[in-house]
Amino acid sequence: MTAQRLLDIRGLRAGYDGVAVLHGVDLHVDAGEIVTLLGSNGAGKSTLNNNVSGLFRPYDGAVYFEGEDITGASSTHIVARGLVQVPEGRRIFPNLTVRENLDLGSYRRARQHRASNLERVTAIFPRLGERMTQIAGTLSGGEQQMLAIGRGLMAEPRLLILDEPSLGLSPLLVEEMFALIRRLHVEGLALLLVEQNVVQSLELAQRGYVLENGRIVLSGQATELCEDPALRRAYLGV
Amino acid sequence: MARLGIAGGMIVALAVPYLIRSDFWLGFLITVLLFAAMGMAWNVLGGYAGQFSFGHAAFFGTGAYASAILHIGFGLNPWLGLAAAAVAGGLVGLVIGTLSFRYGLRGSYFALITLAFAEVLRILANTAEFTGGGVGLYVPLKVGVANLQFESKLGYYYVALGFTVLSLGVGWALERSRLGARLMAIRENEDAARALGVDTFMCKLQAIVISGALTGLGGAFYTQYYLYIDPGIAYGPGVSVEILLVPIIGGLGTVFGPLLGSAVLHGAGELARRLVGDAPGLSLIFYGALLVIMVRFLPEGLMGLVWRLSRRRERAANA
Ligand SMILES: Nc1ncnc2c1ncn2[C@@H]1O[C@H](COP(=O)(O)OP(=O)(O)OP(=O)(O)O)[C@@H](O)[C@H]1O
Ligand SMILES: [Mg+2]
Repeated sequence: MTAQRLLDIRGLRAGYDGVAVLHGVDLHVDAGEIVTLLGSNGAGKSTLNNNVSGLFRPYDGAVYFEGEDITGASSTHIVARGLVQVPEGRRIFPNLTVRENLDLGSYRRARQHRASNLERVTAIFPRLGERMTQIAGTLSGGEQQMLAIGRGLMAEPRLLILDEPSLGLSPLLVEEMFALIRRLHVEGLALLLVEQNVVQSLELAQRGYVLENGRIVLSGQATELCEDPALRRAYLGV
Repeated sequence: MARLGIAGGMIVALAVPYLIRSDFWLGFLITVLLFAAMGMAWNVLGGYAGQFSFGHAAFFGTGAYASAILHIGFGLNPWLGLAAAAVAGGLVGLVIGTLSFRYGLRGSYFALITLAFAEVLRILANTAEFTGGGVGLYVPLKVGVANLQFESKLGYYYVALGFTVLSLGVGWALERSRLGARLMAIRENEDAARALGVDTFMCKLQAIVISGALTGLGGAFYTQYYLYIDPGIAYGPGVSVEILLVPIIGGLGTVFGPLLGSAVLHGAGELARRLVGDAPGLSLIFYGALLVIMVRFLPEGLMGLVWRLSRRRERAANA
């Protein structure tokens, strides 16, 4: 019995205004996995996310989520099915309170469980619990990132895509963020972790993909990728 | 406390015509109420959803013409004309919203599209037969409550008051509704809202339909009040600017901002008229100057100022 396939991306081609950025990407995530997607700036990682989560329509290829073809479906539908993305760059709602931000995470899905999910999120991120009535724009950068993730959790995702959660955080806070992600995984959540932080991501993930110029150039078990000479040369400079 | 204030305000509002007994000031209050209600209509779309319209005259004018034409041409009762005007305004909102939101027009592009729609309607009203062309339409004088025509300003005052209560009530309900939360999310960050699964197109469409319907209602009231409408009044930029100034002065995305804004805008306008007279075009210059001042010094509007002052007092009291 193989693990249940959550996300299955096949031959995905996508881009902006007719110019392709992704030239046929294959990638999958199974239940209970952390999969990391690595790649340098402009490789097309966020483009992949945005096309998978329905913010843009792919040119070609297919995206399946729990067996359902969601290629080109609306983000509304995709979130309702349980595929939730936390976009890059702390896209919180700056003039709303922390509480209002979190509530907005549960409007499309899991509304009945809002109270219990709120408890769960504040248990995971105690810093948010202490700041429920604070205006979100006044949170520190790290807290804003936590809020963005917490807001994603409010929808009870089946699969959570995190786009560069460690972006712009101090090394200490990066450690904390990865520890929190590990905790989410231990609790049973499947994650697609988009990162530039190669070492820490591969420590956390079971499998990984490396995206370069819109193509997957390397993929495999995280432990193997760690040892890969090409990857070490390109990203670690050794 | 807030509830007590609102109840007190309502009692004062109901009693005011018996206290001031001046036709001039009653007329002034009617204008304040009418624009408070329409400012709130604009606020639904601009303040809560963050979609700034420069062409609310498109809704106002359509409501004004709808009630006038249906009454003059088809004998529709003006009270029902109010409802018809709301429907007509909502439909115009549906059309403008579908076209501009479907193609993802945001920010200044959306503002320009609304402006263009109002201008096109103004030109059409100027040339079409059934709108009376440039001459406009006169609603026949038939005084009677059943006919939504009143002997004195008193009747109009209470209808305008009812309209304002309705409009502010819509804002109040919106603030507490799921739609309101979604609109605010769209205003704050549309892409993030979409990532959460908010159907941004539908939400914005609902906002512009509500906004258009309420503004159309205001247009119909205007027709009944002045018993005359022409393309320049109905679809001219003057109305659009006046409607958007009200919530910007009072406070975007607040329930009482439009009421405060309308009172201040028309109070200041009246003062300016007394000081320098009623030269044509002067009001637009005045509006422009006011807009610059507000955006520069009080971007949160007067409600923001009230907030800041009350918080400072609280802090002083706690210290
Ligand atoms: N909205 C857009 N319109 C046009 N081009 C875009 C848009 N967003 C991204 N691109 C382009 O697509 C390419 C891939 O960008 P993408 O954001 O997917 O990279 P990324 O791998 O996420 O990089 P980073 O690690 O810096 O976030 C880049 O060349 C970028 O300029
Ligand atoms: Mg990116």
